[in-house]
Amino acid sequence: MTVISVERDADALTLTFVAEFAAPVERVWRVWEDPRQLERWWGPPTWPATFERFDLEPSGGASYFMTGPDGEKARGWWRFIAVEAPHRLEFEDGFADEAGTPSEAMPTTTAVVTLEAIEAGTRMTTVSRFASLEQLEQLTAMGMEEGMRLAMGQIDALL
Amino acid sequence: MVADQLADEDWDRLFHALADTTRRDIVLQVMRQGQSISTLAGRYEMSFAAVQKHVAVLERAGLVRKERRGREQHVHGEPLVLHRAARLLDSYELLQRHRTSAIEALLEEDP
Repeated sequence: MTVISVERDADALTLTFVAEFAAPVERVWRVWEDPRQLERWWGPPTWPATFERFDLEPSGGASYFMTGPDGEKARGWWRFIAVEAPHRLEFEDGFADEAGTPSEAMPTTTAVVTLEAIEAGTRMTTVSRFASLEQLEQLTAMGMEEGMRLAMGQIDALL
Repeated sequence: MVADQLADEDWDRLFHALADTTRRDIVLQVMRQGQSISTLAGRYEMSFAAVQKHVAVLERAGLVRKERRGREQHVHGEPLVLHRAARLLDSYELLQRHRTSAIEALLEEDP
């Protein structure tokens, strides 16, 4: 299992997630840098993501949509705060309306990703900070719990 | 969908309840230990009736519950709503785990 530790802070609505990969830092950075690779892992199960715009640079941004099992679309956007290849990425992640316009009503998630070289390859630490319970609710409601149960079931079946 | 998703009006009540400094403080106090309204009233520079009103707002939002003990009303924290935050973080953790294994699969396929 590559997940090293998970720390959650329910008061601060923060989740710190540490995982290790058997690949060099430059390679792991590419899963963030290349939108075609990003699409293969960003969306929850049954909600694959498609990135339409992706400007990976400080104060650049991205827009994407995720397609649900019934063809429904959930749109989102990123705004990059810090891009320090290949070690650090900081961005805001928010919801958008059907036209891709950032939703003013919904607060955003801030993610800080750090990649460090270790003997086994790369340690990736992701700190996700949520602005409100309501937003966490939206994030987890998006077919995610269902998909997660499915995924966990598959993992259990393997063990 | 989340099975026991709160309705819009529940969210409104919850956010309204927590939008006040005194009410947030009351929640923190009674989460640690149940307290009588008169003890709470002693903590703030406001009347017993004003504190009672704050408690009523918190009660409607599901954050606290009242219990009669002898002649006094005791206020207790209702940790369900706070537990909800922990549970939602758990779901997000599962998403992160899913992402991790998807990245792993990608790295194996395309080293």
